[in-house]
Amino acid sequence: MYDFAYHKPASLADAVKLLADHEDAKLMAGGQTYIPTLKQRLARPSDVIDLGAIAELRGITEEAGGVTIGAMTRHGEVAESAVVRRVIPALAALAELIGDPQVRNLGTLGGSISNNDPAADYPGALLGLGATVRTSKRQIPADQFFTGMFETALERDEIVKAVHFPRPEKAAYAKFPNPASRYSMVGVFVAKTGGGVRVAVTGAGQSGAYRWTAAEQALAGNWSPAAIDGLTVDPSGLNSDIHASADYRAHLVKVMAKRALAAAG
Amino acid sequence: MPSVSMTVNGKQVGGEVESRTLLVEFLRNQLGLTGTHVGCDTSQCGCCVVHVDGRSVKACTMLAVQAAGSQVTTIEGLARNGQLHPVQAAFREHHGLQCGFCTPGMIMSAVDLLQHNANPTEAEVREWLEGNLCRCTGYHNIVKAIMAAAADMSGHAKAAE
Repeated sequence: MYDFAYHKPASLADAVKLLADHEDAKLMAGGQTYIPTLKQRLARPSDVIDLGAIAELRGITEEAGGVTIGAMTRHGEVAESAVVRRVIPALAALAELIGDPQVRNLGTLGGSISNNDPAADYPGALLGLGATVRTSKRQIPADQFFTGMFETALERDEIVKAVHFPRPEKAAYAKFPNPASRYSMVGVFVAKTGGGVRVAVTGAGQSGAYRWTAAEQALAGNWSPAAIDGLTVDPSGLNSDIHASADYRAHLVKVMAKRALAAAG
Repeated sequence: MPSVSMTVNGKQVGGEVESRTLLVEFLRNQLGLTGTHVGCDTSQCGCCVVHVDGRSVKACTMLAVQAAGSQVTTIEGLARNGQLHPVQAAFREHHGLQCGFCTPGMIMSAVDLLQHNANPTEAEVREWLEGNLCRCTGYHNIVKAIMAAAADMSGHAKAAE
């Protein structure tokens, strides 16, 4: 790891100012992806701005019937939260499937979605639930937030503050984890919401998480695993790597979607 | 260089570190607490698990400066007045180790589990140990030791009521 100057601002305003003052600065949330990245010398920031001391970025609140989760809230806190378990149990269950207990004790929601690893779990939940990302500048619907592999709509000096998740009528997440890393090879989040059916796929797409619109249409009039029996998933555009071919991932998308639908009930 | 101070095993400690110094390097190299091991250095194996503010974390994936001001507990801080912690005692009793390299991390991880789930099922223990690898493949007795420690600790808790 190359050395860098370390900052631990106590407020969001200070963090934004540090970003503006240091051209090659990078933000660090829980560090569970970023520290390994630094160790491999895949990044060489002049300054690292640790968001860990900013109290306003943490916490879980029930809001407008849904749940608002601060960007620096740890995965473990979401998994254990009585509020999340009651209002959106599928979201607490998803958080419990990320990495391992120690990674969940440090890794954060804001870090995960800002990094937008195509194999991360949270992007599937944001797309599946139609969440809204609240940043230091604006509100961004999940459908516009994830713009490609490791890419988001965030501007350079923009920081995620929180994510608001509306409460679905029914929802579930089914994940086929890589047996070693626990990243999703394919994860499917299904939700029946007041605004319609949403089916989000993570782990599979070359451009990151995406919505499976054909399944959404099939489920609109018939919310059941059998409703997608007639669909096939096109493997073009899906990841192919040592863990799984695109064909296998395409197969898993439908299998995981059916499992998620069965679990959602 | 930044200076850090934190509480480690109940003692106030401090020192100068580079920003890039990992918590595990600070513990081992500057404080001489070599019970916390470095197995993989890639957040996979869990040999470096310590507690920071009461929760288990991988000390190879946290900067020393991130832990400034925190309460840190390492394997050296578990025993009290010469008495092994019940989880340590159970690992000895049930032969929960073979080469012993993964043991400090296994124990620190198990203590965190039992602090939040006093009576886990065997499946919950195995699931919890997702982030701790034993290259000797000695999981069976590790799980047995943790189940025994849970029974022992909840027995003590009941006796104290």
